[in-house]
Amino acid sequence: MTEVSVAKQDVAATGDLVVLRNVNKHFGALHVLQDIDLSIARGEVVVVIGPSGSGKSTLCRTINRLETIDSGTILIDGRPLPQEGKELARLRADVGMVFQSFNLFAHKTVLENVTLGQIKVRRKDKKEAEEKARALLDRVGVAAQADKYPAQLSGGQQQRVAIARALAMDPKVMLFDEPTSALDPEMINEVLEVMQQLARDGMTMVVVTHEMGFARSAANRVVFMADGRIVEEATPDQFFSNPRSDRAKDFLSKILHH
Amino acid sequence: MFDFLEGYDLLGAFWVTIKLTLLSAVGSLIWGTVLAALRVGPVPLMRGFGTAYVNIVRNIPLTVIILFTSLGLNQTLGISLGAHGFSHINFRLAVLGLIVYTSAFVCEAVRSGINTVPVGQAEAARAIGLNFTQVLRLVVLPQAFRSVVGPLTNVLIALTKNTTVAAAIGVAEAAALMKDMVENEAQLLLISAIFAFGFVVLTLPTGLILGWVGKKVAVKR
Ligand SMILES: Nc1ncnc2c1ncn2[C@@H]1O[C@H](COP(=O)(O)OP(=O)(O)OP(=O)(O)O)[C@@H](O)[C@H]1O
Ligand SMILES: [Mg+2]
Repeated sequence: MTEVSVAKQDVAATGDLVVLRNVNKHFGALHVLQDIDLSIARGEVVVVIGPSGSGKSTLCRTINRLETIDSGTILIDGRPLPQEGKELARLRADVGMVFQSFNLFAHKTVLENVTLGQIKVRRKDKKEAEEKARALLDRVGVAAQADKYPAQLSGGQQQRVAIARALAMDPKVMLFDEPTSALDPEMINEVLEVMQQLARDGMTMVVVTHEMGFARSAANRVVFMADGRIVEEATPDQFFSNPRSDRAKDFLSKILHH
Repeated sequence: MFDFLEGYDLLGAFWVTIKLTLLSAVGSLIWGTVLAALRVGPVPLMRGFGTAYVNIVRNIPLTVIILFTSLGLNQTLGISLGAHGFSHINFRLAVLGLIVYTSAFVCEAVRSGINTVPVGQAEAARAIGLNFTQVLRLVVLPQAFRSVVGPLTNVLIALTKNTTVAAAIGVAEAAALMKDMVENEAQLLLISAIFAFGFVVLTLPTGLILGWVGKKVAVKR
């Protein structure tokens, strides 16, 4: 473990996009993130996997500071995460986030969902923002729904709009927190396909998911978390066919035997 | 039957009531929303201020606040809010007192509305880089408005009736006139009925209009 993190610090110097060093976080007495060291290279796709309550969502949310941390450092593109305020808002615009429950703005149309950030944060004019929004909606396959409200869309469509909304900010990295676990089975693939395409296009991605098919086909690395720690990191093939830690073996046997 | 009304400026008195209500409503909607923003904001000091304000102000009787604006602010500290003449000064002081008081209730109505908006909405808004005021203004408040309309209607109706307290510092609104008339005329029941009717006429539209607005801004989930 120490060997691994030393090697990673060297990479950090050459410009990893996301670097977490010795990150700790508590929720009251619960130590949700324990000495997390994780570096994500430009263009890398990292899948985070682990049992419920292991801190995957929290890890994801600390990266754009939706959760604060108690100690340690988080760097995005070489710059430390700013405190609350203008700087932080700017950073958040650079880090796209896709939530399990979509969280599309319920009072805005699909098109407005995708233009809001461009207009209010990136200061683009409305026409330019709409052109970009329509192009992105087309890319994720929901162009026909542009003028509808989120509640009129299926879950899969909503999640693809949410991806378009995040992409509209031209993020450096995209965070996905279980993007398909709230979806009916028949809609999971349409979302995974969009994510796979993103990965092929070279987007840097952190994806919390239990979709092994996606991990195998799109991920460069699997990070296995348990009890607030990173227990194991490996390539998807290594991890799924030959996990080293007992925790990982135990976990995989449970999710595979369903 | 209505002869005794002659010599009384009934419409003028109700017009003062309307002005008191409208000015105080606008002021307390603005200040109350700001207070609600403070109470849900990220800065502990501001949250503390908002909480303290609401808990102190809503527990003081309105009469005490209105009297304080006159006795404390005006007569002791010499504050006249830029107005000249007794009736103008007291009118403005009454509006100030009503705003100070009503905004505490507006704040709570808005805050409870904000709490009905799923947290994911604000998180998604923060995640695309909107700052705190943008998150509130563009995403949370528009959705909170739907569930704020009901409680807010009650607050505004209460405000309309609360304007009668301004009589305590000599503002010539409806209740002040009623007191006058009761002292000088014999038709007590009729006078009471006229003023009760006047207030119903003022408050009913508030409920109807806000109810209609509420339906207009409904958000589907
Ligand atoms: N806001 C919070 N306040 C207190 N405890 C929290 C909070 N958010 C999460 N937790 C706790 O922290 C732990 C880690 O939560 P987290 O959501 O990061 O887990 P997870 O790995 O994403 O789990 P899941 O697979 O169920 O989504 C859990 O025990 C959870 O109950
Ligand atoms: Mg989670």
